Amino acid sequence: MFSAILVMAGIGLVLGGVLGWASIKFRVDDDPLVEKIDAILPQTQCGQCGFPGCKPYAEAIAKGEADINKCPPGGEEGVKHLAELLGVEPKPLGEGLEAKPKAVAVIDENMCIGCTLCIQACPVDAIVGAAKQMHVIVADQCTGCELCLPPCPVDCIHMEVIKEDVATWKWRYPIHMMKRVE
Amino acid sequence: MSRKLFTCNGGVHPEGHKDASSGTPIVILPLLPRYVVPLRQHIGAPARALVRAGDAVLRGQMIGAAEGYVSTAAHAPTSGRVVAVEPHEVPHPSGLTDLCVVIESDGLDQAVEFQPLDWRNLDPSALRNRIRDLGLAGLGGAVFPSFIKLNPEGAGIDTLILNGAECEPWITCDDRLMRERAAEILQGVAVMRHMLGAREVLIGIEDNKPEALAAMRAAAAADVEVVAVPTLYPTGGGKQLTYILTGRETPTGGRSTDVGVQVFNVGTAYALHRAVALGEPMLSRVVTVTGHVAAPGNYEARLGTPITDLLLAAGGALPGSIGKLVGGPMMGFDLEDNAAPLTKAVNCIIVKHSSLFPAKPAVLPCIRCGACARACPADLQPFEMYWFARAKDFGKAQSYDLFDCIECGCCSFVCPSHIPLVDFFRFAKSEIWERERHKHDADQARARHEFKEFRLEREKQEKAEKLAAKVAENKARDAAAAAGVAETAADPEAERKKAILQAALDRAKKAREGVTPRNTENLPPAVEKQISEIEARRAESGAAQPETDPPRAES
Ligand code: SF4
Ligand code: SF4
Ligand code: SF4
Ligand code: SF4
Repeated sequence: MFSAILVMAGIGLVLGGVLGWASIKFRVDDDPLVEKIDAILPQTQCGQCGFPGCKPYAEAIAKGEADINKCPPGGEEGVKHLAELLGVEPKPLGEGLEAKPKAVAVIDENMCIGCTLCIQACPVDAIVGAAKQMHVIVADQCTGCELCLPPCPVDCIHMEVIKEDVATWKWRYPIHMMKRVE
Repeated sequence: MSRKLFTCNGGVHPEGHKDASSGTPIVILPLLPRYVVPLRQHIGAPARALVRAGDAVLRGQMIGAAEGYVSTAAHAPTSGRVVAVEPHEVPHPSGLTDLCVVIESDGLDQAVEFQPLDWRNLDPSALRNRIRDLGLAGLGGAVFPSFIKLNPEGAGIDTLILNGAECEPWITCDDRLMRERAAEILQGVAVMRHMLGAREVLIGIEDNKPEALAAMRAAAAADVEVVAVPTLYPTGGGKQLTYILTGRETPTGGRSTDVGVQVFNVGTAYALHRAVALGEPMLSRVVTVTGHVAAPGNYEARLGTPITDLLLAAGGALPGSIGKLVGGPMMGFDLEDNAAPLTKAVNCIIVKHSSLFPAKPAVLPCIRCGACARACPADLQPFEMYWFARAKDFGKAQSYDLFDCIECGCCSFVCPSHIPLVDFFRFAKSEIWERERHKHDADQARARHEFKEFRLEREKQEKAEKLAAKVAENKARDAAAAAGVAETAADPEAERKKAILQAALDRAKKAREGVTPRNTENLPPAVEKQISEIEARRAESGAAQPETDPPRAES
């Protein structure tokens, strides 16, 4: 009897807590500058900028605590956009940082032991699988952050560079001979 | 016929070269030993392969099903065996490969049973689905799935325009089709009109095709108007033809349906007729093979016919040829590989020769003469767009309505400085599309990341709540025990319930631990075993040791 009441009360508390927390979490952010910066960042969530994700980096830039050239996935292009937004001079990517071609993680089906460690590491829940079952990475959702590589106890995850296909192919910059005008 | 025609701005008069191929009747290609059918022959998502290597197929059998909304089906061009479903050369400006079904024919050309469609009585949505499964896509070059364009819902279409303008130089496949199969085309038009509920039907044909005009007029019913439009490139552009025939201007960024007009190519109407009257899927098309070949003309070939075979049918390329164009000289692209097959989008193959296609003169700086703007049928400012596209300032280029550019090439054609303007516009457009894709991906990733954080926080909170509940429960029990020790202890029923509850809690705890192992410690022996097995495999295959050594079992 007692326990039944307690269980019900417990459920009530939990749900109330979730709702309250969600209302805080999904509230429109107060700082529009942070939002604008975050909108430029690639959302790879890889942490190469030295912050635990794109949003924290955006906050640091907004506060003037971080430079704008720390995000390798965003590349020079991203730095240029940030510079435009903030009205500062663009600069090359920070020392030791370089943009890599976009890749997705792939799990070797034969080696995966279903330990779920990669699931916990993936910042965007791009890995599906249950305990002791083979895990699969949803390529469309993988940002290529590489955070799932180190935790895998059997090293069965590797990165594959995304190849250009007929749908994503781009027309090249037209190279043509320009006649010299004297 | 005294319809008042409207005059578009711009346009050019490139040399037609139509006589090269328009004089002889359409030749039907014989059965070939091998076909290569791409699963992406239309705009939208590629079809999903329904067959695997080794499967037997019949002519007209669906081998690729429409995937998603903007998509359509693909079919086997003959009976035989699937030898591969693999990436293969396709006619695409990139020269990249794409997924194709390669079929070896058995020479019997056996067909599946075709079911004619009772189009007058069939439910509209069911009819559209059948048309999708018959693989119909626009044959004018844009290859948009036809069943979508045949949906009148919300579009308010009162006018159906059949596009027989065929304004691009060299190409004559629509001309020949209209001359030879006008009655069938008009039967297809009747189906289109029924499906769209269009009040008016106009057929626009450039006045350089008198035979086609006569044939279509002879076959047309009284309520269909066949209109001769002045020969001027690009009259066959959907928005341009709409304006010329109706005076309705398509708004910037819009489509002709925004002004109540739907435009179809004559070849599509012919295919629709075959689809409803015979129940036949889109299996072939008429394609012009012209230029520097022995027997230029029009050929009705099955989709999937290797272009090598198509060229052979036209007598082969003559000596001195310098490559091939897919499509016309204004909008076409260079073919990288003859192994690429004929698709729904390919209306013309031109074999080039230096006398017909001289090398492009060197490019000079833009002198801002404005010739390109005067020639532009979309009323754009090509030199401004070029300026920004060249500087990769895509936002600015876009602000000059870059996406209203139909890539007709009139601007490049007239530019005295020989600037390949349209190449810059294609480049800028695909850069902008890629940016949109990245933006979309980033938005998805942000939402998923925020949700994951939310989920983790919720799990943490839930755990805290449970702990609090447990503490409260223990406290309550202690209090109750203190209040009536004798009573509780003496009540075996209460004891039993408590035991059951405790057991359930333990089970729940175990289950939780089971599903969320936090690390590799305390692994169950089975997993340990698996890890060591994998380690053994790795050692055998000479793979490097992982950086994180798996923990060894204590026992
Ligand atoms: S480096 Fe860039 S993509 Fe990675 S977390 Fe930082 S801001 Fe995000
Ligand atoms: S699957 Fe791996 S690489 Fe891809 S997003 Fe998740 S953690 Fe990053
Ligand atoms: S036609 Fe050529 S030279 Fe003249 S304004 Fe246009 S781009 Fe410049
Ligand atoms: S290619 Fe584009 S900009 Fe050039 S004339 Fe045609 S529509 Fe105008």
